[in-house]
Amino acid sequence: MSAPATAPGAAPGARPGRAEGRAWGVRDLTVRYGRRTAVEHVTVETAPGTVTAVVGGDGAGKTTVLRALVGAVRPAGGTVTAPDRRRLGYVSAGPGVYPDLTVDGNLAFVAGAYGLTGAAARERAAELLARTGLTGARGRLAGQLSGGMRRKLALACALLHEPDLLALDEPTTGVDPVSRAELWGLLTRAAAAGAAVLLSTTYLDEAERTAFVVVLDGGGQLAAGPPDEVVARMPGAIVEAAERPAWAGDHAWRRGRAWRAWVPDGVVPAGAARVPPRLDDAVVVAALRRDGAAGAGAGAAGDGNGAGGGR
Amino acid sequence: MWAIAMKELRQIRRDHRLLGLMVAMPLLMLVVFGYAASFDVTSIKTLAVGPGAEQVAGRLPDTFDLVGTRADGGRDAAVDALRRGEAAVAVVAGAQGAPPQLLLDGSQLFAARSALQSIGQAATAGGAGSAPVVAPEVLFNPGLETSTIMVPGLMGIVLVFVGVLMTSLGVVRERQAGTLEQLAVMPFRPRQVIAGKILPYLGIAVFDMTVIVLVGLTLFDVPFRGSVLTFALAAALFLLVTLGLGVLISTVSENQGQAVMLALMTLLPQVLLSGLLFPIEAMAAGVRWIAYLLPLSYFIQIARGVLIRGTPLDALWLPIGMLAALGVAVFGLSVLRFRRDLAPTGRPSRPRGTRHGSAAEATP
Repeated sequence: MSAPATAPGAAPGARPGRAEGRAWGVRDLTVRYGRRTAVEHVTVETAPGTVTAVVGGDGAGKTTVLRALVGAVRPAGGTVTAPDRRRLGYVSAGPGVYPDLTVDGNLAFVAGAYGLTGAAARERAAELLARTGLTGARGRLAGQLSGGMRRKLALACALLHEPDLLALDEPTTGVDPVSRAELWGLLTRAAAAGAAVLLSTTYLDEAERTAFVVVLDGGGQLAAGPPDEVVARMPGAIVEAAERPAWAGDHAWRRGRAWRAWVPDGVVPAGAARVPPRLDDAVVVAALRRDGAAGAGAGAAGDGNGAGGGR
Repeated sequence: MWAIAMKELRQIRRDHRLLGLMVAMPLLMLVVFGYAASFDVTSIKTLAVGPGAEQVAGRLPDTFDLVGTRADGGRDAAVDALRRGEAAVAVVAGAQGAPPQLLLDGSQLFAARSALQSIGQAATAGGAGSAPVVAPEVLFNPGLETSTIMVPGLMGIVLVFVGVLMTSLGVVRERQAGTLEQLAVMPFRPRQVIAGKILPYLGIAVFDMTVIVLVGLTLFDVPFRGSVLTFALAAALFLLVTLGLGVLISTVSENQGQAVMLALMTLLPQVLLSGLLFPIEAMAAGVRWIAYLLPLSYFIQIARGVLIRGTPLDALWLPIGMLAALGVAVFGLSVLRFRRDLAPTGRPSRPRGTRHGSAAEATP
């Protein structure tokens, strides 16, 4: 896997005190839960000023990669390179905040955990609350916040101590579009300030915004690279049709009301409309190529819908 | 209705541990408590003191288990021995011809009652000759008041309740809420997390203890004859064990239901086997050994000794030592268990590397 690229728009110059240029991540990672292999030979890295996305459907192994990175699970193989825990910010797939503490209470706990005190800590908390639109909810219990507000609070908590590495497990899942945009604003700002960001998502449109994407499926690595390159490396062509093309066999999947089909040799049948491939097409094709068309067609189509079709 | 019942049944069946506890616990308790539930002390620890000690000792009824004779002592030595908990009964046999005196430790309520009953029966059955004693005197708790011996024990029960039951829910709540993982990646060492978790409960327990002691002294006229410092030391050690037990239960439980069941499994034996309700010496031998493993047994021994009899610290080294040993064992285990939750990658518990991003690499 090549080194992660710097996110377009992100400030390449890291803030003083950051681990400049250091790549964090997992290499050749294998994690087993008992007899079940959750991920195998997966490499995911990110660097300061970079947003890297781990994408995949349910059970792909995204959470396991992040848990291994932050030290919450012991790898069975591979190498984990992570900063000191004091320089790590993590939002788990769970609530990420204490529901029976107020917004202020959650931030105060995190500030205490990372040794942040005094006016600087209060200013930093106030700044994050303002950016997340939670200033008016400071006295509310986290458990009473909406899902989007809770995720924003979790991200604010993870950002409070200005970590070198931000590991975010599906930070936008179940969040409304406006809140998603705000969350993305927060994390790209963190990357611009020099943080390395590694997030998992099921949304391929989000992955397209990142500098580097690693596609997982069933615990294995399907593809990796800058989103444009992943798409460009896809062999063959994609066609779109109103009905399922009979010639496509298992190489067809639904997107919205239309059908998309992969033509492995790139020779588009007469009458079919060739369309420019997108990241979700490349992901489905990667799955088809890995598993073999006959067995993987249905599953890959399912993955395509799960990862990108729902957008 | 059936759909809900079936769903509940399936959910219960999934939780093997809880199901096991629900089935095994009542059976275990029935057997154990069946052998424990007895007020009849058939072996009363007795000390014979004074010039005629040997002579009187031979004439004591069978229920009196002679643990020693001291020919050179008098009444003071006998009282001191009872204060130190060396026996439940002391027979002071003076010069030849003088009637021996029976001193009873009123803080050992059931032993004292059995002794009185035994002496009474012996007097009725065999006349004055077979019963060597006149005018039995009950010390420390002259009225043989139940409340006097119950209140020090109840102090322990309240501490067990706060320490074990409340604390046991602490970590489980984090696990169920999904915040334990968040906590695990923060820059805390496992022992810092444990200390942080139990500190509030420790504060509550200390407050509870103070209130109970004050209420016991004022409302129930329980005496406080011993050293406050000795009592505080014992209470601190006892709290260490109970809080550690709470954390240990928390780390082995997957949900709050399991934690509560396990906490009850430690609570009930302590209520019934610690000597609070039934005298330990009246229990069957196997059950008595369970009682010797329970921290409350030792705390009650100390609390009754210090409060009611004024037992000095040097006479309490065994129960205090046992509490300390149990505390170290239970806390050690809970730290080890907790470490699995909080540092599963084997990363050093102390965060290492410089602030500017040295790597912590885990290469299995």
